[in-house]
Amino acid sequence: MQVPILKQGSYLIASVQAALTDADLLDLRDRLAVQVGVYRSRGVVVDVTVLDVMDSFATRMLRSIAQILRLRGAETVIVGMQPDVAFAMVQLGLRLEGVSTALDLEEGLELLRRREKGGSNHGR
Amino acid sequence: MKGKGNAIAVREPPAAPATELTRELVAHFRGKKDFLRQQWVEQMTAKSFLAGLTPKETETESITIYDTCVGCLERGEYRAAQSYATSMAERGVLRGMTTEQIIGGLLTLRDVYGRSLFHRYHREMARLSAALDIYEPVANKILSIVALAFIEEREKVVREEREKVVRQQQEAIRELSTPVLQVREHLLVLPIIGTLDSHRARLLTEQLLRSIRANRAKVVIMDITGVPNVDSKVANHLVQTVDACRLLGATVIVTGVAPEIAQTLTTIGVDLGRILTVCDLQGGIEEADRLLGYRVIVTESAGSPSPPAPALER
Repeated sequence: MQVPILKQGSYLIASVQAALTDADLLDLRDRLAVQVGVYRSRGVVVDVTVLDVMDSFATRMLRSIAQILRLRGAETVIVGMQPDVAFAMVQLGLRLEGVSTALDLEEGLELLRRREKGGSNHGR
Repeated sequence: MKGKGNAIAVREPPAAPATELTRELVAHFRGKKDFLRQQWVEQMTAKSFLAGLTPKETETESITIYDTCVGCLERGEYRAAQSYATSMAERGVLRGMTTEQIIGGLLTLRDVYGRSLFHRYHREMARLSAALDIYEPVANKILSIVALAFIEEREKVVREEREKVVRQQQEAIRELSTPVLQVREHLLVLPIIGTLDSHRARLLTEQLLRSIRANRAKVVIMDITGVPNVDSKVANHLVQTVDACRLLGATVIVTGVAPEIAQTLTTIGVDLGRILTVCDLQGGIEEADRLLGYRVIVTESAGSPSPPAPALER
């Protein structure tokens, strides 16, 4: 199922609705890379609240989405990861280095706002 | 019954041939089965050994026991008695039957058999004596098998109870030993006391992650002053916990790394470079305030001899 990408001010929100196949992830990456340019967005929030599994491919895709979007001038924040998923990921040695994370959508948007104001404080 | 849990060795039948007398005894007991069993049940009822059994159960149990005993006498081997005793012990102990009830019941049966033999042979003493020679060892053997099975079963139940209690206590200690405390909005403190093994580290991480979600925490201070020794394994657990917290968007500050522990970690080459460390809990809270945008200012409180209480401002 295609992930809907919503525009919210100068940010984009990719809200994952159901379990993702590899093709879905590739599609999300491609569309985000285009839409960031179309809307001239400064930040992207990827909401993974509904995911109860995060495998190595998904982790790699999220990392590369963050890198691609940085090159396109936008900051990426992953939000809403479930505690179980987080724990399973560190046990499997999957890391989201260089990608910002936040508790939920609200916190993620606030993090982006704060970054834009110039204070690159915590929540790296 | 060859199960290794049974301490009772089943001896092979002594090469006693099924003599004519044994056959006669077996035939005698079979023939008078209903009469003798009835007598037995009556005697047991009188001594209230049957408390807690329904009449139906009494019926089936007594028939089985009777037949098993006669079978042992006939074949001169006790496998059937052994397995029946074990299963009876399991059921009996579970239902709270006392040893007195079981052993008393079998003693009664022994008396009933003995009395009937006496009635049959009381005219010919030599034959009675020979019959008792055959019958008594069998009865004693069956009794000891049942008694041992019961003792074993009782011990097993006691052992299991004790293990259960120990498990529950361990669980309680683990729960108590990892409190997650909120000291300010968005700030949690996790004081870790005691040794960290993998099991405890997992519980601790799960609990912390849940608390982060529940309290919407942004910064967590993990104080390891109370951890006696940190080796590469424990350090690895800490790194995993920090990573997991970060995936939920929380920053972790590790405090209370003792000088010896710092030296050990450096010597064994554990890299905690990605983790934010501050020397003590106070420093950790100050750093957390800075990250969260709090500023502590001292207010003038008139007439107070004690040092003024700090006030928070954001």
